Amino acid sequence: MKDFIIPWGDDRDLGTPASKSTKSVTLNIDGFDVTVPEGTSVMRASALAGIDIPKLCASDNLEAFGSCRLCVVEIEGRRGTPASCTTPVTPGMVVHTQSKKVQKIRKGVMELYISDHPLDCLTCAANGDCELQDMAGAVGLRDVRYEAVDTHFKAKNTSGESNPQWLPKDDSNPYFTYDPAKCIVCSRCVRACEEVQGTFALTISGRGFDSRVSAGSLNDTFLSSDCVSCGACVQACPTATLQEKSVIEMGTPTRSVITTCAYCGVGCSFKAEMRGDELVRMTPYKHGKANRGHSCVKGRFAYGYATHQDRILNPMIRDTIDQPWREVSWAEAMSFAATKMRGLQEKYGQKSIGVITSSRCTNEETFLVQKLTRAVFGNNNTDTCARVCHSPTGYGLGQTYGTSAGTQDFDSVEETDCALIIGANPTDGHPVFASRLKKRIRQGAKLIVIDPRRTDMVKSNHIQADHHLPLRPGTNVAIVTALAHVIVTEGLIDADYIRNRCDWDEYLAYAEFVSDPRHSPEAVELLTGVPAADVRAAARTYATAGKSAIYYGLGVTEHSQGSTTVIGIANLAMLTGNVGINGAGVNPLRGQNNVQGSCDMGSFPHELPGYRHVKNADVREIFEKAWNVTIDPEPGLRIPNMLDAAVDGTFKGLYCQGEDILQSDPDTKHVAAGLAAMECVIVHDLFLNETANYAHVFLPGSSFLEKDGTFTNAERRINRVRKVMAPKNGYADWEVTQMLANAMGAGWTYTHPSQIMDEIAATTPSFANVSYDLLEERGSIQWPCNDANPDGTPLMHVDGFVRGKGRLIVTEYVATDEKTGPRFPLLLTTGRILSQYNVGAQTRRTANVVWHDQDVLEIHPHDAEVRGVKEGDFVKLASRSGETTLRATITDRVSPGVVYTTFHHPDTQANVITTDFSDWATNCPEYKVTAVQVSPSNGPTDWQEDYAAQAAASRRILPAAE
Amino acid sequence: MKTEKMVYMANQIATFFVSQPGTDQADRVAAHINDFWEPRMREQFLTHVTAGGEGLSELSLKAAALVRQPA
Repeated sequence: MKDFIIPWGDDRDLGTPASKSTKSVTLNIDGFDVTVPEGTSVMRASALAGIDIPKLCASDNLEAFGSCRLCVVEIEGRRGTPASCTTPVTPGMVVHTQSKKVQKIRKGVMELYISDHPLDCLTCAANGDCELQDMAGAVGLRDVRYEAVDTHFKAKNTSGESNPQWLPKDDSNPYFTYDPAKCIVCSRCVRACEEVQGTFALTISGRGFDSRVSAGSLNDTFLSSDCVSCGACVQACPTATLQEKSVIEMGTPTRSVITTCAYCGVGCSFKAEMRGDELVRMTPYKHGKANRGHSCVKGRFAYGYATHQDRILNPMIRDTIDQPWREVSWAEAMSFAATKMRGLQEKYGQKSIGVITSSRCTNEETFLVQKLTRAVFGNNNTDTCARVCHSPTGYGLGQTYGTSAGTQDFDSVEETDCALIIGANPTDGHPVFASRLKKRIRQGAKLIVIDPRRTDMVKSNHIQADHHLPLRPGTNVAIVTALAHVIVTEGLIDADYIRNRCDWDEYLAYAEFVSDPRHSPEAVELLTGVPAADVRAAARTYATAGKSAIYYGLGVTEHSQGSTTVIGIANLAMLTGNVGINGAGVNPLRGQNNVQGSCDMGSFPHELPGYRHVKNADVREIFEKAWNVTIDPEPGLRIPNMLDAAVDGTFKGLYCQGEDILQSDPDTKHVAAGLAAMECVIVHDLFLNETANYAHVFLPGSSFLEKDGTFTNAERRINRVRKVMAPKNGYADWEVTQMLANAMGAGWTYTHPSQIMDEIAATTPSFANVSYDLLEERGSIQWPCNDANPDGTPLMHVDGFVRGKGRLIVTEYVATDEKTGPRFPLLLTTGRILSQYNVGAQTRRTANVVWHDQDVLEIHPHDAEVRGVKEGDFVKLASRSGETTLRATITDRVSPGVVYTTFHHPDTQANVITTDFSDWATNCPEYKVTAVQVSPSNGPTDWQEDYAAQAAASRRILPAAE
Repeated sequence: MKTEKMVYMANQIATFFVSQPGTDQADRVAAHINDFWEPRMREQFLTHVTAGGEGLSELSLKAAALVRQPA
């Protein structure tokens, strides 16, 4: 089944942005009456009526600019020929978009443009996709009367002297080129960089004839400038000046399919533009409700991994992990795996095997994997990567509000008066959301950032946080409780809201707790390192700015008190009446594309799909009837528990789909020991990942371009993933899981993922009305979607909390036991970077490595100096868990006493350093606080060398048998 | 799992609930363990309690009486 065209909405460029006014204005354009919202431009009104006015500098994702003069029109009763892009409609206005007069002006404009433009259209990369070419046709340009003496496009003049106005192509960016010879200086790229992306890397330098688009300062290239390679400029460019290298190489696409990005939890919609079964480019889909036509470098450009030579396309097996891999047929691999897994159950018991579902795979695939363990293995040993990222969100928001999800949609940020960001770095982790947030900050919304590092949200071009609270890692609860202390003791609460919406008795107990002077900013200043006055000021801003929204990430959850901090955040929003209204709310920024969905689909060992505990007989009965099995009422093992049980010898077999726990999970040595103790590890992935070093069965996976399904993003939005090419490994991942289940006797007969979604809808109340037909009709839908909410739910907890009354829960600060001391005097915190994604399995296999080819350690100048560490030096990073080496970079982004690195590269393996401390409620690991020492080093540690040798030996593949 | 780690995890849970108002802290610790600890972990916990419960906090020990014995 293929989806060639999507029925909803057209994505024509209407020239100027939509007006949000609710008042209507009627005018007449070329004899037709047109009614549009007040504030709409004549250009847009005309386009809505189906009459396209010629334009070059206008685009409907940018404010009108009025520079090209191609869109002039005549308006009765007005003098001259106003630009239609900058002229708003008025009632009764009579517009003529075409007349002798405007045609003459437009032709004149085009003549001037073309006189300084090379006429190499046939061999130009934008041939067939060039607005300048289109406009030349539209205005009827037939000859150019001017012969330009000075041009920007001739490298040499007629006497053979070099032309100082000619500049060479800049192809420093791996994904697009900048050819100044083709530039018409319409400023669309500069405006896109400012208005859409918010990076301000581009500018127009010079004046008049000398005007040029320039990235950074005089000697910068695109690569060395501030450019983050989001591609908004490339998309905005009407000519071949900024052009994707893939289009230069392959030609223009012939068809497009709308699908969903497989990187972060923003869940951007894209048009996969195809030629045959090859992907030419990805362009963000303007009607995508999460991204509204924007993208980042990963989503737009970093898809090359899907066709990378490292992809494994044939199933492989081996008896022991010291043997090389042996390629086998799918049938043999399935029979081998099924026999092993059933054998383990016979020998070690029904609960000796389990699964890890993938936050990168689709909802349908995840549903099947947890069904495999519950219905076929007969236990609840299923967990997912959310264990190590947002499981505290599930617990904390579940306890306080009654549901495990963000409260808003991303559009909500457009109405926010104050954004509080805690433990999140959206410009790197959730870049498209960051662009939307930065736009709102530039419009004047307040910004509070709570983060040990000075992230780009704290200060970057044209934004600056009103308050930055650079707390010591591990003191989140102390800070959040101090904020609540100020709000309660200074009388900044919304008492009516609390009385109506929350449990009042619990509020009273909470207020008494939080008002205690030991929770005051002054009392906790020594712990957190944040000046009390700054905490007080931030609390007042949050409570009084109007609609205040909290956005948080893994800097909140990945702590011993991760769940407590989530509860504290939920408390702040309830105290100030900031849940249930647009522009406010509590919003976990989810790491991976489908981490929300994988949680929704029952990946956790204690709950069935829809967050319902397995202990509840009525819930089990739904699935027992649907699947004709008995469901175990006991919770299963979580990932860290599986590894502990493996070391103990009671957990022996694992089916791991699309996760790389050896690299992503903490305390690498313990993970390796757990995996090594298992007798059958089945890895189902695109690549021989790190976990596969310990696997006995390798099942090749399919990329997001090769299958149908759905992803659910951080705003609970269920988006379609559409197959644009056949799976290179032969099967979509849901088919592979089905083969394994059937080899173990399941008898499943799904023929399309839509049937799996129907099963989800039939068993899960919050998905009751979700179907592929509805998704085709609406484009996307936010759960809950059922008879009570047939249109889905953009905003949650509107008239009351899901659980009834909201609960304010006491949040006592408990210091982590991961403490600095003489041996390990520094605190390591970890995170991610824009160009790389998670364990890097995908992005390391793209040109994104030009921005980040290794993990580096950020260290403050003071800490570096006392250790004799200079910029770029190799340093040894050691904790009580292990040690590794990497290069240092010296920066005051981190405070003294704090160091920071990323975990994108397996040869650094930052997680050999992290410990097995974890969140009290959910076992989410404490990645964000590790006591470490840093010292100069000459090269890799013994551990790194041993690891590399084991990995290389483990990846050997025998030549295929005859 | 190492006994020390299991004890540490139980005490972490107790540390949260001991700070909560009301008189049912032990019930809530036990409910948390019953809801989230797989039978093998509860078995190990209860065995350790029977053996004296070394290292367990007062509330952890009090909760043990309410932790469900795996079948």
